[in-house]
Amino acid sequence: MKHVLLALLLAVSLPLLANEPASVPVDALKLAKPIADDPVIEQRMVNLAEDLRCLVCQNESLAGSHAELAEDLRREIRGQMKAGKSDKEVIEYLTTRYGDFVLYRPPFKPVTWLLWLGPVLFLGIGGGAWYLTLRRRAMPVAPVDEKKLAAAAQLLEEDK
Amino acid sequence: MKRWLPLVIFIVLVGFFTRGLFLNPHEVPSPFIGRTAPAFTLPLVGNANASFSPADMKGKVWMLNVWAPWCGACRQEHGFLMQLSQSRTIPIVGLNWEDKDREAAQLLAQTGNPYVAVPEDIDGRVGIDYGVTGTPETYIIDKAGIVRLKHIGPIDSDVWKSKFEPKLKELGA
Amino acid sequence: MIPELGHFALIVALLLALTQAILPLYGAQRGNLTLMAVARPAAQGQFVFVALAFGCLAYSFLTNDFSVLNVAKNSFSQLPEVYRFTATWGSHEGSMLLWVLILGFWSTAVSVFSRHLPEDMVARVIGVMGLISVGFLAFLLTTSNPFERLLPAAVDGNDMNPLLQDWGMIIHPPMLYMGYVGFAVAFAFAIAALLSGKMDVAWARWSRPWTTVAWAFLTLGIMLGAWWAYRELGWGGWWFWDPTENASFMPWLAGTALIHSLAVTEKRGAFKAWTVLLALIAFSLSLLGTFLVRSGVLSSVHAFATDPARGAFILGFLAVIIGGSLVLYAWRAPKMITGSGFTWFSRESLLLANNVILVAALGSVLLGTLYPLLMDAMGLGKISVGPPYFNSVFVPVMAPALFLMGIGPLARWKEASLPDVVTRLKWALGVALAVGLLLPLTLGGFKPWASLGFFLAAWIALSVLAGLVDRLKHGQGSLMNKLSTLPRGFWGMQLAHFGMAVGVAGIAVVANFQTERDVRMDVNSYAELAGYTFTFRGTTEHEGPNYRASRGTLEVSQNGKQVATLHPEKRTYNASGMAMTEADIHPNIYRDIYVAMGERLNDQSGAWTVRLFYKPFINWLWFGAVFMMVGGFLAASDKRYRIALRRSEAPKNIALQGA
Repeated sequence: MKHVLLALLLAVSLPLLANEPASVPVDALKLAKPIADDPVIEQRMVNLAEDLRCLVCQNESLAGSHAELAEDLRREIRGQMKAGKSDKEVIEYLTTRYGDFVLYRPPFKPVTWLLWLGPVLFLGIGGGAWYLTLRRRAMPVAPVDEKKLAAAAQLLEEDK
Repeated sequence: MKRWLPLVIFIVLVGFFTRGLFLNPHEVPSPFIGRTAPAFTLPLVGNANASFSPADMKGKVWMLNVWAPWCGACRQEHGFLMQLSQSRTIPIVGLNWEDKDREAAQLLAQTGNPYVAVPEDIDGRVGIDYGVTGTPETYIIDKAGIVRLKHIGPIDSDVWKSKFEPKLKELGA
Repeated sequence: MIPELGHFALIVALLLALTQAILPLYGAQRGNLTLMAVARPAAQGQFVFVALAFGCLAYSFLTNDFSVLNVAKNSFSQLPEVYRFTATWGSHEGSMLLWVLILGFWSTAVSVFSRHLPEDMVARVIGVMGLISVGFLAFLLTTSNPFERLLPAAVDGNDMNPLLQDWGMIIHPPMLYMGYVGFAVAFAFAIAALLSGKMDVAWARWSRPWTTVAWAFLTLGIMLGAWWAYRELGWGGWWFWDPTENASFMPWLAGTALIHSLAVTEKRGAFKAWTVLLALIAFSLSLLGTFLVRSGVLSSVHAFATDPARGAFILGFLAVIIGGSLVLYAWRAPKMITGSGFTWFSRESLLLANNVILVAALGSVLLGTLYPLLMDAMGLGKISVGPPYFNSVFVPVMAPALFLMGIGPLARWKEASLPDVVTRLKWALGVALAVGLLLPLTLGGFKPWASLGFFLAAWIALSVLAGLVDRLKHGQGSLMNKLSTLPRGFWGMQLAHFGMAVGVAGIAVVANFQTERDVRMDVNSYAELAGYTFTFRGTTEHEGPNYRASRGTLEVSQNGKQVATLHPEKRTYNASGMAMTEADIHPNIYRDIYVAMGERLNDQSGAWTVRLFYKPFINWLWFGAVFMMVGGFLAASDKRYRIALRRSEAPKNIALQGA
């Protein structure tokens, strides 16, 4: 790491010393720039886009798709976030135009109550079934019969 | 009685699946039906000084056809749109969508122009405002500027008879 | 000629399948030994002809016969030989043929390894499998003929989708099908039990190894799919809860519940109705998956070219097979005698709770997968249900089952002692809690889901250890002697559970601590991620067998030391013009370093956008799944299943001698 930084420093200072443009030495490396202008906004946009649907793909998120509409929409979202809009406002912008279909996280409304509460319901019903089954099958704890225990132990010995 | 439950659930599911065979999971429904058509002002193809805006069509029932020169299905419906325009059935505005290579003017000159106006939406922002996901997509907008119908895909005489004609009659076109 | 031969072979196979289905089933009803004896040869014959058909299709692909429509649509002359072979199952028609081939394989396996079973049971099992074969062969011949001709022949093919031109294509579909087609055996055993009215412990003992082996294959198949997606798709993800993925996961959940339910039925004669229903459900879900993926009712990245006509056929077939089996279940269920009782805290009650949770998880996945269709069908609008839903819902539902996994194996059958179990596990609980709370802090900060994952993984692993120690305490002789006398069933269970722990740990780490960077890299520039330095040395142009590629060179180092040189590629395939990114990965046990080329930048500088990923513990997912699979195979090879084989052969020999 240290060597790299030193080389970088040299590379940067060399043009100041020379009169003609200096050729970049092989081990003077440039630090790569992130593609996004603003990494914070970019991260926010990607996080949001991962929960959104690419509308022209078979089943892909808006974050990962290379389709042109997806790029346009990502650009749009970036722009809105830069303009200070909140995540909620961006989502509203999209659903006004494309409906709830664009959301991979279905909103919680009466028509999706069954969807979101279903799993809890299933666990509840299952739990109830478990309880009722056990009530039916539950047997009292039997007292241990010493003679039977000894006989059983003997049988186990024989079986080996 | 609960031994019949699995079968009952299954029968209900089969009912849904049967219905599902007739539906298209990719068709994005439009939330614009019944809402005012979003406003915009765009320059016209080949004439940057003139512009078009939906307000220009107030008082008329009109059709907004979203198309692009690179779109194959649009060429398919082009013939039908020419017929419509020649028979003066309904004014058609052709929103030129995402035409980055600016081929629209040349294409229309070659194949004929069924449109009363051709606003150009190069970066697709108006398309996004209308919830456009591809081409061709067609809207019917009424006299008060409210979206009444959206059709995804090319229009042919069958689609026209079954979907558009009844709606237009309703709106008194 | 060859394609016509293949087509003809399919027709013969259909006729044999009809024979295989009708005669033995009728014979079993009537007690007619001659008719029942038709089952084995019919199944074997059917398999031979399906294999012949498969061979003909493969031959057409390998010899680039573009007069066959399927070959023209899915292959290409420059396609490397191995992919020309795998293209045999790369389309809807071809993969259906693979389905039928594997069903034939399982039917033949049953016909060979069933000498110890009563004849009427064998006849019914093979007969039911024959019915399923009839349905699929009819489907192939009427709507999805892989041998359809294209005349005049195409000059060359349309090429195989580049995403399929990968190692994964060679093994994922066959292993996956071995799994969920294999559940047809469990299904057939369940139907046989319902038809005969006999459902005793012996039935459970016979069907258990078949089910476990199918489950093991399905585990491998699903893991291969995820691993392939991870390597191939370039976005670093490995599971998207896509309908096709769910279509394979739901049978897995049902199958897991089934193998646990079979354990209770075999050991204690309880849960018979549950077990039969789960066997019916597991295979029904396999069939349902086939329907969902091929009918076009759901939107999926993975879907084959959809056709409502085909969808209607499969749906009809589904309705008959599943509907019929559920009617049979409802009719015969009361005849199944309730097994022995057990107390509130016992292995049975814990396994029952485990199954309840698995079925609830299964229901949740099914609900999420079908909800958009349900809403659309009722005219309630269109929504999407994606990863955010499934992740939010699945983890909380499954977590209790993972917790129970630590307790169940240590609880005794019928009546377990809670104080006893607590004593043996309290240190495991303590350590697991500590791991859960502290480990995230060492990795980069407290994250509640990571903590939960670590806790559960540690808990299960430590419980496996506690179980081993417990078993070793009660035994005779030296440690080595004790270890070698432990039954394979026990080792299988421990290994499978341990594999689950490994998998959960992997998921907990990678989902919470992975990082990535999207950078613009000029030649000789560097970027840093997770303590590694990536230096881009530019690209070179290459020609592959059927593509052109820009091959990037990235030197990866850590603290000045060279770690790897990676060569991700951006390929353009000749036939289709499709572009694809081929990531390069440097794996090790603790992390993957994953690099994918983005786009070449428009200036002449040779700069590219590059995506860098740091994926900690991702390989634990694959190891975990492999452990589970090996555990399954181990358990299925337990000697108690083989003793039955030997014991039943003995009387036959005696009879021959006496005759």
